[in-house]
Amino acid sequence: MRFTLNGAERDITAQPMSRLLDVLREEFGLTGAKEGCGEGECGACTVLVNGDPVCACLVPVAQIADTSVETIEGLGGTHRLQRGFAAHGGAQCGICTPGMIMAAVALSENPTLEEIRHGLAGNLCRCTGYEAIYRSILLADEPA
Amino acid sequence: MTAVGRNVTRKDGAAKTSGAARYIDDLTFPGMLHGMTVRSTVPCGRIRRIHRRFVEEHFTIVGAGDIPGRNVIALIEDDQPCLAQFVVLHMAEPILLIAHESRDALLAAHVEIEYDRDEPVFDPLASTTVLKSLGIAKGDAEAAMASADVIVEGEYRTGHQEHVYIENNGVIAVPENGGVTIYGSLQCPFYVQKAMRVLLALPDEKIRIVQTETGGGFGGKEEYPSILAGHAALLALKSGRPVKMIYDRTEDMIATTKRHPSICRHRTGVMKDGRIVAMDIEVVLDGGAYVTLSPVVLSRGAIHAAGPYRCENTRIAGRAMMTNTPPNGAFRGFGAPQTQFAMEVHMDRIAETLGLDPVRFREMNALRPGDTTSTGQLMDDDCSALEVLKRAVERSGFEEKRKTYAGTNKGIGIALFYHGSGFTGSGEVHLASKASLELTASGVRILVGSTEIGQGTRTMHAQIVADALGIPYEQVDVAQPDTHAVPDSGPTVASRTCMVVGRILERCAEEMRERIGSSAPGDYFREHGPVLITKEYEKPTDVTWDDATYRGDAYATFGWGCDVVEIEMDPDSYEVRPIRVTAVQDIGKAIHPLLVAGQIEGGTAQGIGWALLEQVVMRDGVMANAQLTNYIIPTTLDTPRMDVVIVENPSRHGPYGAKGVGEMPIDGPAPAVVNAIRMLGLDVRDIPAIPERMMEAACASR
Repeated sequence: MRFTLNGAERDITAQPMSRLLDVLREEFGLTGAKEGCGEGECGACTVLVNGDPVCACLVPVAQIADTSVETIEGLGGTHRLQRGFAAHGGAQCGICTPGMIMAAVALSENPTLEEIRHGLAGNLCRCTGYEAIYRSILLADEPA
Repeated sequence: MTAVGRNVTRKDGAAKTSGAARYIDDLTFPGMLHGMTVRSTVPCGRIRRIHRRFVEEHFTIVGAGDIPGRNVIALIEDDQPCLAQFVVLHMAEPILLIAHESRDALLAAHVEIEYDRDEPVFDPLASTTVLKSLGIAKGDAEAAMASADVIVEGEYRTGHQEHVYIENNGVIAVPENGGVTIYGSLQCPFYVQKAMRVLLALPDEKIRIVQTETGGGFGGKEEYPSILAGHAALLALKSGRPVKMIYDRTEDMIATTKRHPSICRHRTGVMKDGRIVAMDIEVVLDGGAYVTLSPVVLSRGAIHAAGPYRCENTRIAGRAMMTNTPPNGAFRGFGAPQTQFAMEVHMDRIAETLGLDPVRFREMNALRPGDTTSTGQLMDDDCSALEVLKRAVERSGFEEKRKTYAGTNKGIGIALFYHGSGFTGSGEVHLASKASLELTASGVRILVGSTEIGQGTRTMHAQIVADALGIPYEQVDVAQPDTHAVPDSGPTVASRTCMVVGRILERCAEEMRERIGSSAPGDYFREHGPVLITKEYEKPTDVTWDDATYRGDAYATFGWGCDVVEIEMDPDSYEVRPIRVTAVQDIGKAIHPLLVAGQIEGGTAQGIGWALLEQVVMRDGVMANAQLTNYIIPTTLDTPRMDVVIVENPSRHGPYGAKGVGEMPIDGPAPAVVNAIRMLGLDVRDIPAIPERMMEAACASR
């Protein structure tokens, strides 16, 4: 099965019903996506498939054939939102952060607060109360 | 440029945002097995027979008989077994451990256990087993009650709360050097070491505990990891291979600790002008099946039960009761949110009874410098109850909104609270915490057992050391907590990591500066070699406490807070939506204002969830809604906007005047929510105030 992972063409043999999350973490060693609940409620495993945020714990790997998958590792560490989350307190314990950032990447450009609240409603954070996450996105390009 | 007071870049910011930070489930070891726990399916009974219905070849199986040391989880009382052998006292109690290379094979391994069932007790008020009881007495509450113009009574209840750290509990135990190394998601590596010493009968040099990046704790990884570490270590020592045990969300929810449910009963004597003259308070906590941390949770709860108010005649009786449910444990606030919920809802009911304004009534009775608390602790100049109250009322427009919301489906409520910083009573003396600082080629390295669990320990400690030593923040490195490499700085709990451990580090840095004179640390290191400074906690001479009588200085100091919450109720569904929170909190000094705001915002959101959404449904002694699908924590759409004001009224006990901040923010939101609901004419005294409970209150008010 072929698909694009963080911009590179990949070929894998996997059980078609394997969870995309396990394939990413165990076959490719991309451990940025986390498992928080295993049922699509917490969003800690959020990755982009063809630009759309999905919970990798709910996606059978067969469904990503011929798609383009992007994970937190694909952002390279210096994406403006990664810098924003580091500077404005959007990451506390950090376990929801990769999924949260991927969901934020999928928002429209210059999102309003309401757009952010709706766009991130599928990603749980237990540390921040979300205020610092809003700041991290709205003020991403500004220093703390 | 100095670091303290500035929003310097988090030490762990880059790793956490790039996805590079390694949490326990991200690690593997060669030859690693996966471990699984077989748990009880009855709440109370005797184990009759265990049937292993699988082919045992290639499996490692551990029961109570395989434990080399004592079958207990050493904490306060040694009453909780690591593995139940004859008797089970709660559902999901661990009985048997199984490990295998393949997770699929493990999940297919079926074990059936026969029991002789005994009658369980689930109601703490019906229980006859007291895990801990205590009393606090000041003046003569009975006589003063008799002299009061009015006596107001009430009973208030709070439910279980699940921590829902997004990373579930997990550890990996690796057998090595004739002992075991345990890597894990945990708050207190030295608690785990202490428990392993007893369980495994090994000396400390053969037990090494390493904290890996930890995806949230909130108290939920304070005592529980000792059990999980014990399980993984037993499997690792028996198999001779590394063993990974990671709970899924359901197992984490059914098996691990939760916030203690509480029942608080108040009888308060007041004069017509609003002066409180007598308080009689009964605190009952549901401890669950074993003692674990209940005595200290009860202690903090009882000490905070009279709220931040002056009253010369106070009697507080507390007890933690045994029930046949998994043990309840540490959760942010540690008993104080429960008792202050009761106090603050009761305060609004008293004000209503007397026809007084709730703000005036609080103002009249709030503690001031020179007053004493229920334990007789004299309030110092950093007592800020009146200041936080005044600022929260002004900032939120409380008085005006109370008028405009009257008669609508909107409400506004207030809560005034305080929170003791550090361990209760003589706790810090018994801990005798240590911290170290060592020179490196590029600066200094902090060596502490304090853990980073999201709150910013690494960053905040580095700021304190940088300024005390007069070097750039970037030159301060922080070691990973590893019991073989860092001293025991005490547990990372009780809002003590900044005030107590930070102060010890500040003293280390001051001595380091004396040692190296005016040299840069790196230069001194290259010329003279390594320097290591270790300091121990020093009790302030004027802080005194008597464990026997519960009199004296319960804490070196307190933080102070006032929350105003605005809500709106849907008149058809009775759903309450929080709209806005104003949180004004005096924490002495914000070493890193952004981190402090993060603590206040995060704790406030957890408090809102506890008040309105988070209902643990217990069925036959176990959590029935053990999934994130039906145990609801606040999402972006459930969390109100928060306006945080940080007040800095310095304490002489903390570094740069800092007091504790981690726990206090969860003390205020729930009573403020319920007081806002009261404005709608609904008398709610139990939380969570889910729509069903709101409707009951509405029916009762007709």
